[in-house]
Amino acid sequence: MIRVVLPYHLRNLAQINSEVHLDISGDITINAILTALEARYPMLAGTIRDHTTQQRRPFVRYYVCGEDLSLEPPDAQLPPQIISGEEPFVILGAIAGG
Amino acid sequence: MSKVQVLVGTKKGAFILTSDTKRAKWDVSEPFFGGWEIYHIKGSPVDPNRIYVSQTSGWFGQIIQRSDDGGKTWFQPGFKPGDATTTPDGMPVGESNKFAYDTSDAEGKPLTTHQFYDGTQKPWEFKRVWHLEPSLTDPDTVYAGVEDAALFKTTDGGKSWKELSGLRGHSTGAQWSPGAGGMGLHTIILDPKNKNRIYIAISAAGVFRTDDSGKTWSPINKGLSSQYIPDPNAEVGHCVHRIAMHPSRPDVLYMQKHWDVMRTNNAGELWHEVSDNLPSDFGFVIDVHAHEPETIYVIPIKSDSEHFPPDGKLRVYRSRTGGNNWEALTNGLPQKDCYVNILREAMSVDRLDPCGIYFGTTGGQVYASADGGDSWNAIVQNLPPVYSVEVQIVK
Repeated sequence: MIRVVLPYHLRNLAQINSEVHLDISGDITINAILTALEARYPMLAGTIRDHTTQQRRPFVRYYVCGEDLSLEPPDAQLPPQIISGEEPFVILGAIAGG
Repeated sequence: MSKVQVLVGTKKGAFILTSDTKRAKWDVSEPFFGGWEIYHIKGSPVDPNRIYVSQTSGWFGQIIQRSDDGGKTWFQPGFKPGDATTTPDGMPVGESNKFAYDTSDAEGKPLTTHQFYDGTQKPWEFKRVWHLEPSLTDPDTVYAGVEDAALFKTTDGGKSWKELSGLRGHSTGAQWSPGAGGMGLHTIILDPKNKNRIYIAISAAGVFRTDDSGKTWSPINKGLSSQYIPDPNAEVGHCVHRIAMHPSRPDVLYMQKHWDVMRTNNAGELWHEVSDNLPSDFGFVIDVHAHEPETIYVIPIKSDSEHFPPDGKLRVYRSRTGGNNWEALTNGLPQKDCYVNILREAMSVDRLDPCGIYFGTTGGQVYASADGGDSWNAIVQNLPPVYSVEVQIVK
């Protein structure tokens, strides 16, 4: 089971108030998690990665086990703690703006 | 009993201000979509309970929201609670916020680049929806003006959008360049007497008109003169801020340009200046009285360098002669120490008699006049900076 933590505004859009639990088969990568997340909550499509290019939106970050993996290849395998559900995959909005 | 709804988009959410038709006492809603920029919120003229919202964020991009009950409840089109969230083969159906430029071989060429600030060519890149214009006849049909400048259309109530790519494919497209606020398509006017005719305006390209429902477009900027472009009388490149029309005379248009207030009597074939005695002919908003097609309103701003009213006095100017012969309307408006701006989308008129006029400021005030502009009151004083104001009468 993969645990995903969403920022406040995306939880509102998805109409949820807690972390998301996803069952994903195959390689556990950033792209795999986002694809599964958008399938469960289609209203989030386009809010984390661009609809057309599938690139991460500039002010969205991915934190994994205390590290910022936003710039890592999105098809790279994530650490065992994410795969086991011991640690959540954290999506957050960068601190910027007013 | 009829009620008046003022739909307000702000930097940090949407608000609905409600009154009876006397327009003396107003209720202010809680914020909708708190924390998000609301570029525009507008109801369908066919069914005012059908409201569309452009909700945007520098973090999370574009969202389209819709209400079918006058703003009581909202949903992203295609995502009603309980609806299937995937197609039968498991693909997400999240398309209501997908504004993909047409790159098809059939229609998409040569829709490749536009001019950037530095003079280089830059690929079109979707940023946000600036303006939503619901159809005059069908609540499920809406036009969207977006940044980078393009026109999209939905015919399924906002579930999916398709570009009318003939506009961006105009031969001048590569010459279009952004204004200071970005290259946005901000004005869409549907001709009530000719269903095939649409006017749009882009900062900073100018005004375009289609007479075949959006397949082909013509720039209609003759008569405009803009000192900030190399050829002041160029075919495109003018920073048009707003256009307004009275529905009884769709060939007459009024324009607030970056500088100059302009008028055309022949559907944009030729414009002439009607700024006359305004204290400044820079500004953003312009609108037309509901029952007097020759009565128009602007709010002068000091200059393109200083976006606040001249002399610290917030004054609406009214012309009863279709331009020129402007009179200052000040009753109820601050006449000292006022340094707010009024953005292009932030003025609207209702269809009651006497006609109501409304505008919102970057200081968070929404002012209303229930007597055609003779006197004004602040409906609300302390909203976030106001981006857009629309008004509608709900039965």
